[in-house]
Amino acid sequence: MKRIITILLLGVTGYFVADAVFSIPFGVDKLNIAKEYLLNSPEELKVANTVTAVVVNFRGFDTLGEVTVLFLAATGLGSILFRRRKYHTGLNPQREAPQASRIVQVGGKLLFPLILLLGAYVFIHGHLTPGGGFQGGVIIATGYLLLLVSFRKFAVKHSSLTWVEAVAGVTFAGIGLTGLVFGKDFLENFLPTGVLNSLLSGGIVGIIYVAVGFKVASELTGILDTMLSIKVEVDEENEEN
Amino acid sequence: MTEELMQQILKISFYGASLALILIGLYGVLTKKNLIKILLSMAIAESGLNLLFVAIGYIMNGTAPIFSTAVLDENNQLLETVTMVDPIPQALVLTAIVIGLGVTAVGLALVIRLYKHHNTINIDEIRNLKW
Amino acid sequence: MNIFTVILVVIGAIFMIVAAIYAISRKDLLVATIATSIISLVLSVFFFILQAPDVALTEATIGVALTTIIFVVTIRNTKRHEEEEE
Repeated sequence: MKRIITILLLGVTGYFVADAVFSIPFGVDKLNIAKEYLLNSPEELKVANTVTAVVVNFRGFDTLGEVTVLFLAATGLGSILFRRRKYHTGLNPQREAPQASRIVQVGGKLLFPLILLLGAYVFIHGHLTPGGGFQGGVIIATGYLLLLVSFRKFAVKHSSLTWVEAVAGVTFAGIGLTGLVFGKDFLENFLPTGVLNSLLSGGIVGIIYVAVGFKVASELTGILDTMLSIKVEVDEENEEN
Repeated sequence: MTEELMQQILKISFYGASLALILIGLYGVLTKKNLIKILLSMAIAESGLNLLFVAIGYIMNGTAPIFSTAVLDENNQLLETVTMVDPIPQALVLTAIVIGLGVTAVGLALVIRLYKHHNTINIDEIRNLKW
Repeated sequence: MNIFTVILVVIGAIFMIVAAIYAISRKDLLVATIATSIISLVLSVFFFILQAPDVALTEATIGVALTTIIFVVTIRNTKRHEEEEE
């Protein structure tokens, strides 16, 4: 009965939403504010990848808020899954789990530096090629994930993650505030922009995206380490209740 | 096959797929009792929404909004034949995907805590509000 | 956009919808999670066809790898099978 009501409700909703969505023309030129961005990005800012220019410069304040949300998610996850010290031995607590096979371990060791290199390449070239801080950071986090699932004794030091994260966040906000000293707006470019399609171009865009890359990598590595180090059984303290 | 027919087929495919994903996700959120299933349905609905955003910003025969040397002439001017797709939906979806991961992670952490306290993840059996 | 891309898009759209229905209807949560990651995989191909390489990279790394792993970890810590309803 409940299922029938839900399907009816979704049918009515879906009909009207589809009516609205299918009246949007597909594949035709609908640009208005994007024209300004497509013009300004290579001309004034000298950033080849317009998506990077939009994310970091034209809507940089938005990205600062987003990085804050990610930081809050990582912190909230840590506090939700917080456990007392006596259970936490510092090792990766998959003790009961069987050891990963030798092939996975050797492959993980072999691939880990290459994955780090790919991640660093992606976020350093964020203003020239597809990719950027978010993608590069996530790639680096998957590299650490490979080590976390391969080795039982591998553990990430959360204090150093917090330091990397803090330094990257301060760099992001500090570059924005430095712009105010030079008489610009918050997060407006104040450095020389260089030549289009060269590595040192785009002023502050490249520096901010490198900072975002470090911040995202450390936050997601922290999230993965926290999630993977949960003990499987139900807490003893709750069985008494 | 003519250009207009191809455009119509692509429109129906992209818009239809994204709408179907959104509705299937909403159906799962409304009817399922398992908390992990509800979060999976939310992830599916979010994927559909992201696809709809990017599909609206597409322009037929456009290129990615990257001013690489392939689309520029000697004086760093854009070639006449090149049109670029809308970069704004791409930037919005880029941030939305990353935020979605954070939201999913926090939701799953809450699910684990609920399971440790109540020993079930069925929302009908979790009745008391005592934490 | 040539004819092969159009055929690929149509097949991918049908595949995505089938995977979504499969993910919702299965009682085994691990299978449902893998079906959701298949949706993300097709979605990243779609983003590439729609000339959004940045979004395709993000979806391929986050949707396929990280979302799947945190769901799998949660299922390992809770129950694998959904209870029968009604």
